[in-house]
Amino acid sequence: MGQTLVSETLGRERRYIAAAPWYRRRTVRRIVYMVFIYVIILPGAFLFCLPFLWMLSTSLKDPKQIFVYPPQWIPNPIRWQNFIEGWTKYLPFNIFLRNSLIITIGNVLGNLFSCSLTAYGFARLRARGKEVLFLLVLATMMVPQEVTLIPQYVLFTKLGWNNTFLPLMVPPWFGWPFFIFLLRQFFMTLPRDLDDAARIDGASTWGILFRIILPLSKPALATVTIFAFIGNWNNFLGPLIYLRDTEKLTLAVGLQQFRGAFGYVDFHLMMAVSLLVLLPVLIVFFVGQRTFVKGIALTGIKG
Amino acid sequence: MRRLLALLRGEGLSLEQREEIEFYIAIAPWLIGLILFTGGPIIASLLMSFTNWTGLTTLNWVGLANYKKLFIKDRLFWIALKNTFYYSFGSVSLGVIGALLLAILMNQKVPGIEIFRTIFYLPSVTSGVAVAIMWIWIFNPQVGLINYLLSLIGIKGPGWLTSQQWAMPALIIMSLWGIGGNMIILLAGLQGIPESLYEAARIDGANKWHEFRHVTLPMLSPVLFFVIIISMIGSFQIFTNVYVMTRGGPGTATLVYVYYLYQNAFEYLKMGYAAALAWILFIVILTLTWLQFKASTKWVYYESMIG
Repeated sequence: MGQTLVSETLGRERRYIAAAPWYRRRTVRRIVYMVFIYVIILPGAFLFCLPFLWMLSTSLKDPKQIFVYPPQWIPNPIRWQNFIEGWTKYLPFNIFLRNSLIITIGNVLGNLFSCSLTAYGFARLRARGKEVLFLLVLATMMVPQEVTLIPQYVLFTKLGWNNTFLPLMVPPWFGWPFFIFLLRQFFMTLPRDLDDAARIDGASTWGILFRIILPLSKPALATVTIFAFIGNWNNFLGPLIYLRDTEKLTLAVGLQQFRGAFGYVDFHLMMAVSLLVLLPVLIVFFVGQRTFVKGIALTGIKG
Repeated sequence: MRRLLALLRGEGLSLEQREEIEFYIAIAPWLIGLILFTGGPIIASLLMSFTNWTGLTTLNWVGLANYKKLFIKDRLFWIALKNTFYYSFGSVSLGVIGALLLAILMNQKVPGIEIFRTIFYLPSVTSGVAVAIMWIWIFNPQVGLINYLLSLIGIKGPGWLTSQQWAMPALIIMSLWGIGGNMIILLAGLQGIPESLYEAARIDGANKWHEFRHVTLPMLSPVLFFVIIISMIGSFQIFTNVYVMTRGGPGTATLVYVYYLYQNAFEYLKMGYAAALAWILFIVILTLTWLQFKASTKWVYYESMIG
């Protein structure tokens, strides 16, 4: 009964549109609507791009052009050597790059290992006390980093780890609540029949993780990789309090020192180096964009 | 010893017991980390907050003296708290409204929308020192981008980071550039709303505003709630931008909570005092989250509540 009513109504609507005057026709209305949407979106998108363009423009300028007003968007001449000069003139950015790469890649691996193992336990294995422990995972997501910062600093200093990479590189091997949650949510969506089939074929608990679960979880693992990469690459507070010697600094802290010491003179060089530091993040973003967006949607909805 | 090895290999155990042992092996990294790097330090920081420890020699139990001093004598503590609330309120309210409008726009079916989603989303993944340095240059009062754009429409821009009044709004504006992260989460929420609900509303004669008010908002409210909580917690922890851009200045205009905590712990080496600061931050965040949860029963709609 209700069904027929709906289809009748829809049918009548269609006839009505077909007989409408030109300005109410569907194609015309569609075009007006699209123009309206673009008129709002385009200026906004332009505004969001401007900071990057501004940075790029400054990084290619001659020192004399920087304080020219009104600003010139396309520098003349274009100084590509700013990138080399900024990278090498004052501080050893090659060493900072090496340090950042070691810490970031090591931590990504650590997070992938510890978080997928823990998430697998929570998603698949039965045990007493599991629910309470999982609540603890969620609860620790709420604890601000600042609460644990000071005792951790004391602990690592007592261990003699100050001014080494260890305080930054050891904790990632012991899990990160947000990633555990994300991976567990994803593992839960995989059908259990696969586990059972593999178990019948003689696979052990760990065989199932490495041969079945992980290969099927590439989107979630990619999301964790990208998040962990960007988070570690941008991390500032940790390296700031633990690293002292210049040859141990990461890019983030090195860049801050650059700014403190020479930033007020060489704006063009500072922009060039900042852009180079940002570049890997941009590359990782564009490479992993699709999976990345999916992964955030996953945590967003199920959060 | 042989018994232990046999136990590890799982001999002589029921299937349930074996699975239980495997569960604890699987979560062992996290469990050890929880004790060493989270749980232990949380308790340690609570104990430390009752001492006058400097990290070096002095270590006396002082009871509630740190907390008393904070609340009664420390003018900067109140300033830092006020500044953080200011920043949090500005960036969360504007940020969430902006992200919602942007998500609705990005949910329209027009060609090329994927490219626009990328453009709006990209800034939110770029954070840290490089971006902070970029914004210092954008906020330059004489030749910066913002004041140049303002001059094009005939407004003489303020001194931004050098102005007591405008430094905090500058940080809030900067945070709005990163609303793309919230936009993506809200967009996913929007796309999860079943089309049939809109059809039903249209048959009942709803216009676009009614659809938004009575379908979109209630269906999106759990995601919106999630976004507000996450943004609020994040905004309370702003540090890098303040450290790089203003160092809490000019004067105390951008002295935010975590920066003040950092100064106490690592510049003045007042570890006990800083631990007390950390615990107050923790309690403030928990209280605000709890208040949000209380309020949420009034406006957040969960489908499962009505069978």
